Amino acid sequence: MTDQAQLLPGTLDLLILRAVSLGPLHGYGILLRIGQISGNALLIEQGALYPGLFRLVRQGLLKASWGTSENNRRAKFYELTAVGRRRLREETDSWNRLAAAIASALSQQPEEV
Amino acid sequence: MKVLDSLRFRITTLFQRSQINAEMEEELRSHIQHRADDLERSGLGRAEAERRARIEFGGREKYKEECHEALGGRFIEILLQDVRFALRVLRKSPGFTIAAVLTLALAVGANAVVFGVMDALILRPLHVPQAESLYGTEYGDYSGFQSYPNYIDLRDRNRSFDDLAAFNFVFAGLDRGNDPSVATGYATSGNYFDVLKIQPYLGRVFHGSDEHGRNSAPYIVLSYAYWHSRFQDDHGVVGRVVQLDKHPFTVIGVAPPDFRGSLVFVSPDFFIPIVNQEQVAGDNILNARGNTHGVFEAFGHLKPGVTPAQAIADVNAVGAYLEKTYPKEVSHKPSSLAREGLTSFGRAVGAFVAGLMLLAGLILLAACTNLGGLFAAHAADRSREVALRLALGSTRTRILRQLLTEAMLISLAGGALGVLGSVALLRRLSVWQPFPGAPIHVQLNPDARIYGVALVLALVSGFLFGIVPVRQVLRANPYEIVKAGSNSRFGRRMTVRDVLLVVQIAICAVLVTSSMVAVRGLVRSLNSSVGFEPRNAMLVSANLAMAGYSADRVPAMQKRMIDAMETVPGVERVGLVNNYPPLVYSAGSRVNVFKDETRDLRQANVAAMPYRYDISPEYFNAASTTLLAGRDFSWDDDKNAPAAAVVNREFAGKMFGSVTNAIGRYYRMQDGTRVQVVGVVEDGKYLSLTEDQQPAMFLPFLQSPSSAAYLVVRSHRNPQELVVDMRSKLRALDAGLPVGIDTWHTMLDVVLFPSRVATVSLGVLGMMGAMLAITGIFGMAAYSVSKRLRELGIRVALGAQRTEVLQTALGRAVKLLTFGSAAGLLLGILATRVLAFIVYQATPRDPLVLAGVVLAMLLLGLLATWIPAQRALSVDPLILLREE
Repeated sequence: MTDQAQLLPGTLDLLILRAVSLGPLHGYGILLRIGQISGNALLIEQGALYPGLFRLVRQGLLKASWGTSENNRRAKFYELTAVGRRRLREETDSWNRLAAAIASALSQQPEEV
Repeated sequence: MKVLDSLRFRITTLFQRSQINAEMEEELRSHIQHRADDLERSGLGRAEAERRARIEFGGREKYKEECHEALGGRFIEILLQDVRFALRVLRKSPGFTIAAVLTLALAVGANAVVFGVMDALILRPLHVPQAESLYGTEYGDYSGFQSYPNYIDLRDRNRSFDDLAAFNFVFAGLDRGNDPSVATGYATSGNYFDVLKIQPYLGRVFHGSDEHGRNSAPYIVLSYAYWHSRFQDDHGVVGRVVQLDKHPFTVIGVAPPDFRGSLVFVSPDFFIPIVNQEQVAGDNILNARGNTHGVFEAFGHLKPGVTPAQAIADVNAVGAYLEKTYPKEVSHKPSSLAREGLTSFGRAVGAFVAGLMLLAGLILLAACTNLGGLFAAHAADRSREVALRLALGSTRTRILRQLLTEAMLISLAGGALGVLGSVALLRRLSVWQPFPGAPIHVQLNPDARIYGVALVLALVSGFLFGIVPVRQVLRANPYEIVKAGSNSRFGRRMTVRDVLLVVQIAICAVLVTSSMVAVRGLVRSLNSSVGFEPRNAMLVSANLAMAGYSADRVPAMQKRMIDAMETVPGVERVGLVNNYPPLVYSAGSRVNVFKDETRDLRQANVAAMPYRYDISPEYFNAASTTLLAGRDFSWDDDKNAPAAAVVNREFAGKMFGSVTNAIGRYYRMQDGTRVQVVGVVEDGKYLSLTEDQQPAMFLPFLQSPSSAAYLVVRSHRNPQELVVDMRSKLRALDAGLPVGIDTWHTMLDVVLFPSRVATVSLGVLGMMGAMLAITGIFGMAAYSVSKRLRELGIRVALGAQRTEVLQTALGRAVKLLTFGSAAGLLLGILATRVLAFIVYQATPRDPLVLAGVVLAMLLLGLLATWIPAQRALSVDPLILLREE
């Protein structure tokens, strides 16, 4: 547990969009998918997912519908809307730029400055 | 659009709340079930798996809350939640709720009433168009009196007013056929309604073009109220002829309902053109430049762009011109302008209302400090609950929001109650006629502005003092409080609450001091010597002109009336005085007198301006005025006798040096007549009880008869029975003569009115202050006792005596009370200097007042600490120590 990283504020939404972009998922499935794609490196309290989901639905980035899960239980499935897909692309780009910049900044050696 | 959309969304979410809640609940349950399925698969039992899943999920309620927030539309819902919770809390502590609501209601009510009075008297006294540019002229002594010819000159020569109108009062017997009754009217210049821009409700009003000289316009316009009550809303009234003092006047119209004349205090029953006033008032003022009481006031709208200062200079220039042109008749006093409506009362009313505002403000301040204390104590009592909520994950904003909701609820309840009370009171005041028979009353219209002011006051004060405990809440450390209980920190140092309480007690003491000073002043003015004895004296007012008597028949009829009154059983002495007796309706006339040796009778050489009374023989006896030297008049002092006068001590001293010197000496009147002083009487009060000593002179009424007069009838009989006998005697003389009979004492009500009003308002405000102080001290003492019950219990267990227990429990409250009272008493003594302007003989350096205040504050303290003291004394250490 201790080597899991805390989420940066605002990044949970991006992770949700990314997880859902691979196909419709219910809430617990999204958590599992995030764990899977991040190599279980991120610490997310399970309940914290839901305010994010509701916010994204409200913003029109996700749409939700009730269905039946692989465990044969009723669950609410989320999928990306067109707006959500575009937002994911934009956010991914900007995140990559930011990450690259910070990585570059942090990797500079003193004599190169 | 965005706002609308968001609003619609919020409202729909509000209504779909239960559905959303159910879905959210199901989704979260589904999540936990899925997690439990996984855990079960890894080998856990189902029950254990579900338990673990729930733990891993985290604070479910908290996340649900966050989900709702993410959805938006939470504002109204949280508000409703807070309101519901606040209502529950308030219901659980009824003592706090009732105290807070009543405190606020009292303060808001008092301020709303004062605002209503200010609104009616000062902010918009007259309901006429463009009242803001309407000004009346005033001369020197703050009255607008001037002669009619001077008014005409001012109207035609000034360059500052659009047009200048004027009016005076007339009292006339109005007869619709065979029912004469006394009515009050304005005799106005023809342009009066046009200057005020008033359109008639019915028929027409008169105009400047209707005036063609003396008695040329026998028209009468009725006021709406008089038309309503005396003519029963008869729309056919226009064109009817009524008799005013036996002269025919044609009703040409009815004034609109909200127009009650150009004075706030006196609503006229009718309006007639001033050119016809001779028919009603008896004397012709139209050419009398020396009659400075021809016109009560002249007023008009300033021309656009003309400032009041320019207008004043203009009026003064005209005045100087008139003085130069007519030195014998005109003495110009520096003029100023006043907002139309209050005239000479403007300053007094302004001071009075300002005083009221100040006191009401003090009440509000006291109430607010009280509220602050109440809220702080309430919050302290709930610190445990707040701590628990913090510990359970509630945010501090949410808790503050909830506390503020509570404060708002209390403000609204208190404000609503206060407004209800004040509106009821204002309605009562609005129909209140302080003097029976006199058309004096003030129109107060409780309206939206007053509600608005009250609501704002309530919300602001509620909000301000609702946040007093905020610091307490923000600083709260849930862990400490839950562990140690709420009474761990009862400090010894001076807290904000203590300061608030001292301030409040001081305010209360100021109010109590001022009201006691006012009451004492009033009592004294009722018992002081006024130069006559108002008790056991009846006043009969009769205007023979109203019954159609011509001037030559007046003195004989008046003599017959005096004789008739003397035959009434039980009547001791009867006298007569023309126009008004002293201290009745604050009415009187002053005249210029000159030293005997003065030859040039110009205004600059005036030696004194005494009040003038024309009296019958026996008047002094009937009025119980002591003759100091010389003789009274006799029936021989008539038109054929040399002019004689009785003067008061002040007059004698001023003109001749001493009382004995004055007898037999002469002085001159404005018209040059030499008058011999035949007697000197004691000094008295003439227009008001607070006036400085004024000179007065009394002349034989037979030498200058007037149809308007009062009979003074002294008798020790019961007034009610006496009046019946007097009326029947007068009816036997002339059944068509309208007479008014009152005791002289009740007629003093008018001059006592200002100090009565001041006393009553101060008394009421003082009572309010006292009530607030009681609740404040009570709250503080009760709180301190309840906080220290455990400590007190231990002290009692260790053998403390009753006095020691009391000292511990209440010492602080008593100390604050003493401190506050002393400060308040000092301030009150300073404040009563202001009172001296309204209340006769208001002096705080009065042992009775000082003792009264100290006693009152002691009683208040005793009353307020009685219950807490009982509680402290009845502490049972066993029960207490077992409790916690």
